[in-house]
Parts: sequence; structure tokens; C-alpha cells
Amino acid sequence: MTKPAIRFEKVSRHFGDVIAVDAVDLEIQDGEFFSMLGPSGSGKTTCLRMIAGFDRPTSGRIFLFGQEVSNLPPFERDVNTVFQDYALFPHMTVGDNIAYGLMIKRVPKDERKKRVDEMLDLVQLAGFAARKPSQLSGGQRQRVALARALINHPKVLLLDEPLGALDLKLRQQMQVELKSIQKRIGITFIFVTHDQEEALTMSDRIAVFNQGRIEQVGTPSEVYEKPATPFVAGFVGTSNLISGDVAKRITGSEKTFSIRPEKIYLGSLSDAPSEKMYSATGTVRDVIYLGLYTRYLVNLDDGGELVVIEQNLKTTSMDVLKTRDQKVCLSWDKEHISRVGG
Amino acid sequence: MNRLSGYFFQRPKLVTLLLLSLPMIYMLVVYLGSLVSLLVNSFYYLEEFTGLVVKEFTLGTYAQLLKPTNLGIFRRTAGMALAVTVMDAIVAFPLAYYIAKFASPRLRTYLYIAVTLPLWSSYLVRVYAWKLILSKEGIVSWFVDLFHMNFALDWILSIPGVGGSSLSLSPLGMFIAFCYIWLPYMIVPIQTALERVPKSLLEASSDLGATPSQTFRNVILPLAFPGVVAGSIFTFSLTMGDFIVPQSLGTSRFFIGQAVYSYQGTAGNIPLAAAFTMGPVVIMIVYLLIARKLGAFDAL
Repeated sequence: MTKPAIRFEKVSRHFGDVIAVDAVDLEIQDGEFFSMLGPSGSGKTTCLRMIAGFDRPTSGRIFLFGQEVSNLPPFERDVNTVFQDYALFPHMTVGDNIAYGLMIKRVPKDERKKRVDEMLDLVQLAGFAARKPSQLSGGQRQRVALARALINHPKVLLLDEPLGALDLKLRQQMQVELKSIQKRIGITFIFVTHDQEEALTMSDRIAVFNQGRIEQVGTPSEVYEKPATPFVAGFVGTSNLISGDVAKRITGSEKTFSIRPEKIYLGSLSDAPSEKMYSATGTVRDVIYLGLYTRYLVNLDDGGELVVIEQNLKTTSMDVLKTRDQKVCLSWDKEHISRVGG
Repeated sequence: MNRLSGYFFQRPKLVTLLLLSLPMIYMLVVYLGSLVSLLVNSFYYLEEFTGLVVKEFTLGTYAQLLKPTNLGIFRRTAGMALAVTVMDAIVAFPLAYYIAKFASPRLRTYLYIAVTLPLWSSYLVRVYAWKLILSKEGIVSWFVDLFHMNFALDWILSIPGVGGSSLSLSPLGMFIAFCYIWLPYMIVPIQTALERVPKSLLEASSDLGATPSQTFRNVILPLAFPGVVAGSIFTFSLTMGDFIVPQSLGTSRFFIGQAVYSYQGTAGNIPLAAAFTMGPVVIMIVYLLIARKLGAFDAL
């Protein structure tokens, strides 16, 4: 059994009275693309900074491949970071920026140059070595920051919201590229983001952070299909949360459950739902036509409301708008609900 | 009123011109005008016999600058300016670094006030304060005496070019006073330059394996250097032109400022005084051109 790349043991970080990270336990396997997802202030960046060594845990221990690193300074850890603002040295050329780590380690000049060229190829910036960071676009700076970190062959690469400053198209392109680079070189990537779509697209596993704690760790499909807590259900994608009496009438249990809007069928009252389905009747209160799909807001007869999303396979805007104020029967597969505690 | 606003709104260039006209006239007439008049006067000469200024073009006045005594004055002044600049940079850097990178915002404000507060008091008062501190009966001598270190002070004062009859009448005393008086002008630009260095750059450097001293050499120092050069413009030029400190703390050996002061005063030799002034002007123009190349003006 190989040692996990990163292991957190009851790690806490306090800033004065504020508890940024609260007794977090976590294991990240070697070679994983692992995302830390959460809103700002949820502790994900602090966790990353503690792995890098910029912050020390107030209590608890951090291990890198079985070796404790909790109190090692950043320059004695085999991890490298891609910063949110890229943090390229403005007084150095792109080549010198990428070679910085090797220069510090006194790697001979010709080998440095060879490895810089390899890195520039990897991030598709061949021929840019002599430029200054100020002459590059945001996306290019991003690649330089990546190359500067990867040239040191870190055991783990840390990425702190690296795509936040890029526009949507570039961001999607970089998502694919990052993932393919990670597959090619095979090292662990730990990726901090507040963008759930980004986390779902790229990750092998995701940890969802909230208020200094991890709410759930799982694969993208686990986190999406089976959210463990109401917070995860609400933060990752949109979700309907049903609890109390309404939940009891529909499923026979008072326990809160979540159901994704796209898993719900919108049918007429005469449709008889099968045994494998839960169902509820209600009135369409609002219809929002969004081209690709339509969003319905349905008031349940038992109380509460559900958001339903239906793809516009055959329907046109005229058809969907007619359903407003109509009585409907909603049904969904019993397997598609997720009990979220409570 | 509205129509007038509308008129100006559509003519931004006219507004700029109107706003700038007053300072421009001032700069052109008063400032550049006196510089030109200085330049013109430096090409006249003093008729030794009558003591009158003859308004004829000559390079003779400049030739007088090349006399060994006058060259000595230039060398002495430039040497002092250089020494003061280097010392101020060395003293200012750690202070500026602390203010910019470690002090809390509250403390930073207080430190900033502490650094600039001396500039609120009269320059003359501060120079004379130093004269008292450094004089034979002053607090420095008292301390030296207390620790029976008189022999060391006497030894320092006996070094030619550094010492003198007492600390308050020696190049060393001038050096101390100059360093003190111009120090704020060095701290502020360095601090500005350091404040512009994002913390993430320092983190990136240590993340890439650099120890704090390597980070200092490879990242902090190069990025703060334009600030040092900017500060040196002040310390260097202010020392070059000063005549109060040499007069009150110096020896009988002149500095440029004193030479100018005495030639234009009782001696009535305006041309030579003007020629003397052109020396530092030329030196500073060259200095500023180099400073611009080093990026100093981005740090102001």
C-alpha cells in the first residue's frame, strides 16, 4: 500500500478568533487530480497554503508521502504552487522565471536551458523565453506559471484558483489542457476553486469545503448525484431540498432529501407513475424558457415547491409557456434522491 | 453657465491648456528663465582691476574652475554626496523594508509620520541641533568621556579628510548631519517600491526553493533598486547644493555651495558663482539620465 500524497490529521488553523480550518482529516492519493471546492472563506485556500508551507497549522499534522511537513518552511517542501495572480517575477524574462527553481538549486546553465525549452514546449510557448511577463496575455502568463512550477518535478502541484482571471473560453480550454498535462506527467494536482463546474469537469475527486470543514469527499458523480449534506446539494449544481411533512408524504420518511431538477419528469395528471418512481402533484407557477431547456417552478399540493428542468426536445417556447397555471404530476426515479441528513 | 460647461466639455484640450497655463508660465519664465540667465552669466567675466562684471563672451571663467583648489571643491562635494547617498541607502533599506512589509497598517501610519516629522521643523534648527550634539562640550563627547574612549575619538579626528578640531568642525560631523537630514528622502521612495512588490512574489520565490536570503537577493533587492536610485537623486543632489551644513559644521575647506555663496556675495563675482553652479547642474543631468535608465522614476 503506497503512502497517500497528502494526509491531514486533525488540522486546524485559527486566525485570532476566526477558525479558518476546523479539525480537517483528509487523504489525497498519489497521481490524483483533487479539487478543493467551496465558497470564499470556506478554508480551502488556507488548506492549500498549509500544504505549500505559507501557513502553519495551529494544531494537527500534515504529511507529504508519509513524512511530516507541518512545520517545514516552503523552500524545504517538495511541492510547488501556481498562484492565483501567477506571481511571475516582473524583472525577469519568461525563461529566467521558469528556470528560477533550477537556478536556486545551482543546476548548470546548459541543463537549465534544455529543461526550460522542454517546459516551454509542454505549455506550448516555444520561442517565448526572451520575453518579459508584461508582454504576455493572461493565458500565456498562466502557462508560464505552470511551467515554472512543473520544471522542479514537484511531488505535488498546488493550484490556487489559477483560472479565475481568464475569460470563459480560455478557461474551458485551460481546463482541458491542465487535465491532459496532469495525465501525461502523472503527479498529484491539488486544485482550489469556487467554481463547481470547473471542479466537476477536471477532478478525480472533490472535497467540498464549508466554514472550515469538509462536508463531503467523493468523485464528481458522487458529489453531484449523492450529495451528503444540504450544503453540498445546494453548492454543487442546483438542487431541490424537501424535508419534514412534505418529504414524509412523498417518500414515507421525514428525512430531508435532495432531488436534482433535471431528474424530474413533468407529466399530466393522467400519467400513472411506475412503482420505481416517487411522485407529487402540483401547479406550475412560473415558466422560464431558456432556449436549450426550460425551467419550471411548481407549487406542490402538499406544500413546498420544486424546480424542474426539461430539455426542449420537441417543445417550442409557445408550447412551454402554455403550461403555466396547469396542474401537473411530477415524478422521479427513487434512486435519484439523496438523503442529506437531518 | 450650462452652455459654458458644454463648451468646455467638448474641448478637453482647451481645458488642459487653461489649467496648465499658469504653472507653465511660471516654469518657463521664473524657473527656466533663471537657469538660462545663470548659463549666460557664466560666460561673462569679472574685470579684476575694477571689480566689475564685463558682459562679453568668454570661457575664461570656466577655465578658473579647473584650478586645483576649485577642482578640489568639486571632488570634495561629490565625494561627500556619494558617501551620504550610500550610507542613507544602507540605513534606510531595513527601515523601509520593515514599514512596507511587516508593520501593521496602524503602526505603518505612525512610522510614516515619525519618518517625515523632522521635515516639519526648520532645517536650520536641525543643523544647529547637530552642532550642539557634536560639539566639544556636547552629548557625544560627554558619552565618549564617560566610557573613557577619548583616545578613539582623538584618533578618528586625526585622520586627514575625515577629522578636524572637533566633531562639530569636521567632515565626519558634516557626514553625520547630512545623513540624518536627507534620510527621509531615501526611506520614502524605497518604501514605495517595496510596497509595490506583491507578497505572492516572495511566496513564489520560497515555494521554488529559495531561502529568505536568496529571495532577498533575487527578488526583493532587484525590485526595490529603482526606489534606491530614486532616493539617491534626492540625497545626492541635496548634498551637492547645500551650503548650510558645510558652513556650520565644516572646516575651512569649501564645498560647492559655500563657493557659490561667497563668490556671489562679498566678492561680487557672479560669473564664477554661475560657473560653479553649472557644475552640479551638469552632474545631476547625467545622474538623472542614468537614473531614468535604471527605472527610478517608476518608483516615485
